[in-house]
Amino acid sequence: MADTLKLRIVTPRGVVYDREVAMVTLPAQDGELGVYPTHTPLFTLIGQGEVIAKATGKEDRILVTGGCAEITGDAVSILTVFATDEERVDERQAEEARRRAEERLKERDKLSPEELALVQASLAHSTAQLRVRRRRRPGQPPGGGSQG
Amino acid sequence: MPNTRNIRHRIQSVRNTSQITRAMQTVAASKMRRAQDAAVQGRPFAQLAMQFLAQAAKAAEDYTHPLLEAREVRRRAVILVSTDKGLCGALNANLFRQAAELDAATTMFIAAGRKGAQFLARAGRNLVAEFPYHETPLFSDAQAIAQMARQIFSKKEADEVAVLYPRFVNTLVQKPETVSLLPMNRLWEKENLSNEPGREYLFEPTVPGVMDYLLRYYLDFQILQILQETRASEHSARMVSMKNATENAEQLLKDLTLAYNKIRQAAITTELLDNATAQMAIS
Repeated sequence: MADTLKLRIVTPRGVVYDREVAMVTLPAQDGELGVYPTHTPLFTLIGQGEVIAKATGKEDRILVTGGCAEITGDAVSILTVFATDEERVDERQAEEARRRAEERLKERDKLSPEELALVQASLAHSTAQLRVRRRRRPGQPPGGGSQG
Repeated sequence: MPNTRNIRHRIQSVRNTSQITRAMQTVAASKMRRAQDAAVQGRPFAQLAMQFLAQAAKAAEDYTHPLLEAREVRRRAVILVSTDKGLCGALNANLFRQAAELDAATTMFIAAGRKGAQFLARAGRNLVAEFPYHETPLFSDAQAIAQMARQIFSKKEADEVAVLYPRFVNTLVQKPETVSLLPMNRLWEKENLSNEPGREYLFEPTVPGVMDYLLRYYLDFQILQILQETRASEHSARMVSMKNATENAEQLLKDLTLAYNKIRQAAITTELLDNATAQMAIS
């Protein structure tokens, strides 16, 4: 049996993450979910939070907001609209996305329920990105700082 | 003697045309790159979403949903995705040839893109709605179309909803393709997932919770992907056809210039000959 998991995170804008890892922690809707290889097949909804991918001597954190994950014994696939590798958070872009989302929320009567949900998720996602960015001010080692 | 002024005018007009087509080629090329990126990057998502639904639907056998209900197909609705503007080679023509083959009596059409709507109106087909979509297709564009498709299907106005669009293969090749959207099972039936053993899945929090979530967004994103593919095809086709037009114009310009010079030289020779004869007559 496999001793690694193939983690794939896919958004409409492309594949954000595609690597073999040893263990994955997912932000499921009702709490964190740790997945090791040979996990029981499972479909789960994703809330907002960090997907933590642990490989030998390395740890990647990817911020996701909403979505759905399929877990099989040797793979974890995450389908989500919003996912950003924390290494690649762009403060300006996140700020811009937040501003746009806030603007669109002002006219919320014009949005369909699905659109509204997406805009709200976009707002939550950009806010989370900014929070991550501020937590890791330049000079601090990645992953350091208060995890509160 | 052939008229040099006529040829000069033609040269000028061909040159103007080539300048316009070259400008259009440059514009299409830059739009093409962006549209192609969007289309190619959206594919893994569409593919994975389909796999998710197929696997989940297989595991959740007891789950039923109006959009998964397969009925005997008596009437079809076809979403025809075309461009808004012309000058993109045979892209729309190829698409419309396929559309024309569909049975007029049992098919209703939904048009996305102005060219398709014009074609359907001219051909006297049953056009029930027309939707615009942006240069960079937005989620809301796709959602409006998806909403209409869901409505038609659940009100049983049609037993199948399909989409006909120019799939982007590469810059030179775009292929008209019909994909069945509703009922949703059609989408993955042909994907040959049957050889994979149906796994026993757990669902967290619940089966309806996961399935509702997947079904709610699935169609919208699938249509968004199709709109993006269409844009990529459109700009690729336009870039190529404008490139050809520019090359043709340049060739024509060369031929015309040659003809012009020949006439001019012939005129000079005749004139010299005239002078020489006159001189000889005098002396």
